[in-house]
Amino acid sequence: MPRYLLSRIIQAIVTLWLLTLVAFVMTRLTGNPLDVLLDARATEEDRAAVAQVLGLDRPLAVQYAIYLRDAARGDFGDSFKTRRSALSTVMERLPWTLELGTASFLVSLLIAVPIGVITAVKRETTIDMAGKVLALLGQALPTFWLGLMLILLFAVTLGWLPAGGTGGLAHLVLPSITLGWFTVAGIMRLVRSAMLDTLAEEFVVTARAKGLPELGVVWKHALRNAMIPPLTYAGVVFVALLGGAVVTETVFAWPGVGQLVIESITFRDFPVIQIIFLLFGAMYIGMNLVVDLLYAWADPRIRLAEGDTRLR
Amino acid sequence: MSVSEPGPAGSPPTSSVEARSLAAVSELRVTRRPRGELIELVRRRKLLIAPLLVLVAFVVVGLSAPYLARLSPTETALGMKLTPPAWLADGVSDRPLGTDQLGRDIASRIIHGARLSLMTALVGILLSGAVGTALGLLAGYYGAWVDALIMRIADMTLAIHIYVLAIVLAVVWGPGLRNVLLVAVFLLWSRYARQARAEVLSLKEREFVVAARALGVSAPRIMARHLLPNILPSLIVLSTLQVGFVIVLEATLSFLGAGIPPPNPSWGVMVADGRALIASAWWVSTFPGLAILLVVLSGNLVGDAFRDRLDPRLRRL
Repeated sequence: MPRYLLSRIIQAIVTLWLLTLVAFVMTRLTGNPLDVLLDARATEEDRAAVAQVLGLDRPLAVQYAIYLRDAARGDFGDSFKTRRSALSTVMERLPWTLELGTASFLVSLLIAVPIGVITAVKRETTIDMAGKVLALLGQALPTFWLGLMLILLFAVTLGWLPAGGTGGLAHLVLPSITLGWFTVAGIMRLVRSAMLDTLAEEFVVTARAKGLPELGVVWKHALRNAMIPPLTYAGVVFVALLGGAVVTETVFAWPGVGQLVIESITFRDFPVIQIIFLLFGAMYIGMNLVVDLLYAWADPRIRLAEGDTRLR
Repeated sequence: MSVSEPGPAGSPPTSSVEARSLAAVSELRVTRRPRGELIELVRRRKLLIAPLLVLVAFVVVGLSAPYLARLSPTETALGMKLTPPAWLADGVSDRPLGTDQLGRDIASRIIHGARLSLMTALVGILLSGAVGTALGLLAGYYGAWVDALIMRIADMTLAIHIYVLAIVLAVVWGPGLRNVLLVAVFLLWSRYARQARAEVLSLKEREFVVAARALGVSAPRIMARHLLPNILPSLIVLSTLQVGFVIVLEATLSFLGAGIPPPNPSWGVMVADGRALIASAWWVSTFPGLAILLVVLSGNLVGDAFRDRLDPRLRRL
């Protein structure tokens, strides 16, 4: 296990490093921030002075080396736009996205788990097919359109909920349904397949044979065991929700990181773009690492197959 | 149906993991032919007829859009602006789904939009499939550091925040189909690479490959003539599952202003056009969105059933 652990962690670090390279090259592709920061009256001396302050006067390779060195110390530079710490600029917006992501995740579970259980119990019936279509709807509905349709129905026509912005729980309802709906299909499938496995296991057969009520067997005994695979993937699903939040935040004027993405790219705010890019990348890599390690811990065949030759 | 072996990780929620599990079982169906399977599948599951018909209609409409649409998708008629659909009070019969804020016929725009979606999906999938398969073949065949490098790059591209990438590209090149295709390749190539790699790993130990190598056949020739034909069927199944994905991707990027720019009749652009009008002219956003929904749902249903059919271990899902 230690050897497998080490090799997976090294892989994750290499992946993250590749990502810093992409982030750096990508931001430099967007053009010269000086064109956006300074107006037409700026002289060559002004430009040179600002370039020096921002560190843009050095060769690209040097800029990258400095960037990497500072990032390793946790210093991600200052925003070109506000001259405040880029990290805190992002961190101020992150809670909004986390709030939306958490609410969406709960909505997703609330829809997906019951459907997963019911379709597993009633497998190969019309109910099963209907549940499947419902979950697949989640993947087929474009997020931005679902958001608009919810606004049309609940804000414009019925007037029950606000159409956008923040403040109070009511503002969270439509955005979290919009975003959460997207991951329903994936979670539902995980629950359904885990339930099918669990329902065939001996302890379920025994519980039924003892004459325990079917409802209790399914929703208490079986579901508790069937929730292990979905929970393992919870982190990955959560990160996917946070990444997808850009679109939902745009539709509902939600002031999270997604909005900051659009603002900072328009402004060529390199340090801010790079942090967002790395933050999401690191979360994704980290969550996948957790999943891999959990499975390796649970199933020795995985850690024996990859890397860990010591025990072979 | 008997209880089969449980999969290593169940059916996964994310596509990367999905590709991984697809790959893990792919060796079971080396010699299957997808076409015969499709006919067999439809015979067994009558419910698939509707989504298949939708897909056929989508392709036909996409191919013959200029002949089907009676009005130009881009010609404006301000006198006709925001005409409601024909069945509503102020609707007119030659604008069946109404008009948008510039008086353009929504029905004609949806028909031309199908052409854009179809083209994006085909080119996007072909490009990602080609890149991913080639790299997957290399990784699987050569192993060692080639494999490690390609797989780390695959991990890295999956960790990329695609909307950041797409918006950056839109800033660099301006919005356009090129950005959509590039983002699609970034997102999808690794699915093909993982699938191809996993299959090659098992195939390369088989007699016919070992024999070819012993006879001195060159590595590129082994990959192209002996390995590729054997992994193609499962790559085609994988592709059917990506059609809907690429269509939604294009629409989403176009909605955000990072994909196909207005006045092109991209379904995503059309939904975005109606965004500010949602309270007064609901039809502008609603119908193009319904078109996306219908096509993508059909594509996913067919692709899903196709995969389950070819993959005995997933069949019960």
